[in-house]
Amino acid sequence: MTVSVISAGFQTTVQDCGRVGLRKFGVTPGGALDPISLRLANLLVGNWDCTAGLECVSGRLRLRSHDERILAWSGGEFEVRVGEKLVPILHGARVSTDADIEILPQRGGRAWLAISGGINAPEILGSRATDLRAHFGGWEGRALRDGDELPLGVESELSARVRDEIPDNVSDWSAPRFVVPGKILRIIRGKNWDDNIGSKLLAQKFQVAMNSDRMGLRLEGGEIVPTSRRELVSEAVAPGTIQLPPSGTPVVLLQGCQTIGGYPKIAHVITVDLGYAAQLQPLNEIRFELIELEEARQLLREREHEIALFRAGLEARFG
Amino acid sequence: MTMKIDALGDSALIVNLADEISDSSGLLTRVLSTAATIERANLPGVVDVTSSYESVAVFFDLTQVEQDFEEKIRASIASAGVRVSRKRRRVEIPVCYDEEFALDLERVANHTSLTPDAIVALHSSAQYIVACIGFMPGFPFLAGLPQQLRVPRLETPRTKVSAGSVAIANAQAGVYPLESPGGWNVLGRTPLHLFRVNESPPTLLQPGDCVQFRRISRAEFDVFEQ
Repeated sequence: MTVSVISAGFQTTVQDCGRVGLRKFGVTPGGALDPISLRLANLLVGNWDCTAGLECVSGRLRLRSHDERILAWSGGEFEVRVGEKLVPILHGARVSTDADIEILPQRGGRAWLAISGGINAPEILGSRATDLRAHFGGWEGRALRDGDELPLGVESELSARVRDEIPDNVSDWSAPRFVVPGKILRIIRGKNWDDNIGSKLLAQKFQVAMNSDRMGLRLEGGEIVPTSRRELVSEAVAPGTIQLPPSGTPVVLLQGCQTIGGYPKIAHVITVDLGYAAQLQPLNEIRFELIELEEARQLLREREHEIALFRAGLEARFG
Repeated sequence: MTMKIDALGDSALIVNLADEISDSSGLLTRVLSTAATIERANLPGVVDVTSSYESVAVFFDLTQVEQDFEEKIRASIASAGVRVSRKRRRVEIPVCYDEEFALDLERVANHTSLTPDAIVALHSSAQYIVACIGFMPGFPFLAGLPQQLRVPRLETPRTKVSAGSVAIANAQAGVYPLESPGGWNVLGRTPLHLFRVNESPPTLLQPGDCVQFRRISRAEFDVFEQ
């Protein structure tokens, strides 16, 4: 029960919902940069929503399944095929034994691929997520390479029932798509927000810099002169935190970010927009829009409610 | 009691305790007891509690928390004393300060006008306290660096600092548990592993621990490595 990596693409990693509760050891939660996309793909194949799947960045990824499985994907603009059959985003697809799976970036971004049973990499510190910076977790603590053989977990009974219901290789049902391309990230004020910095952050367009990665998006094109050069005492940061280093180029932290930081925290991208932040690529342009904390929380509750409804619908149909 | 609570995004809070206590050792004790109290309270939906020099951060799952959880956090902070329940653990870290590992000993000597021997003597005789773990898994931020050893970070950070490198920057001392980029002044190397993914807890040091460095020879270093 394995899947062979014929062609590993670029920076393809095993990811789940990350490591919980280990910040005091300096261990970042990490996991899928857009956990909601991975969770929806998992639900479509009958998995527990935080089962380990693959995060694809760019380059052509080719896999061969040695077992009958279901596959689903979500995220950016990719073309995914099982054999010759095109698999639309957020649909379930049957994978027969020895079928080839191909993931080709169109306009790209990032995509998350779920396979029924999940990628059965060893669990380290409660998660199968790859921590590329600390070189542990996932598959040997690194991005996938050509020739890797990834073990698959045991399928749930739900997966088997879902597979039987898929009529012509691709499901006629789908999951809701939340991440739609836009050029705006909604933010709330950070503890070091001031109106001078805030108005500059909101008035300008920023460009995603080349040296952006899973830790954070570095933004160029609109330098903001920090109001104070005072060094702050290091303290906790979170995915979404916008830090302002002395260089004046803001950094939006992503899921792979470190646990503490010493730069001013001027704002935070709201959680429901982190899925879109995870799709941004170098040279993409972005603007910010300010909302209030309560609205951000309400949007997150609504998003989770929609996911719960989708899950309940699947369970009612196949459970 | 004054406490400043700020939102850290939509799914976390950060509590600053700096206004309560002015001396840094008392503040750290207060921070650690506050973090421990919040953890022990086991509030529904709280998924992570972490501390640093003067603050405690509480991460939560918004769909699981009760309506009045912010009030409950306030209450548990107020009930947290200023004493840590356990005795401070003492950890000795062997360090080889030989040239081959002490990449920035000369730079520190130039900045401080101290001889390399005097720098090593100062660094290995001081008592440090782990203020927090961060930057990377298991990296201890150590308070207690002697005043004379305050040297700024490197102008240009190294792209690769070896695992075990023992380093200083400004008022802080630390140890790189893993190979990584870094801009601190490297004074030596320890053969100890500060981050062990298969052990519980996964880090050699915990916030609040007392740390002292002990000079070892290259031969002793090799014995430790085995």
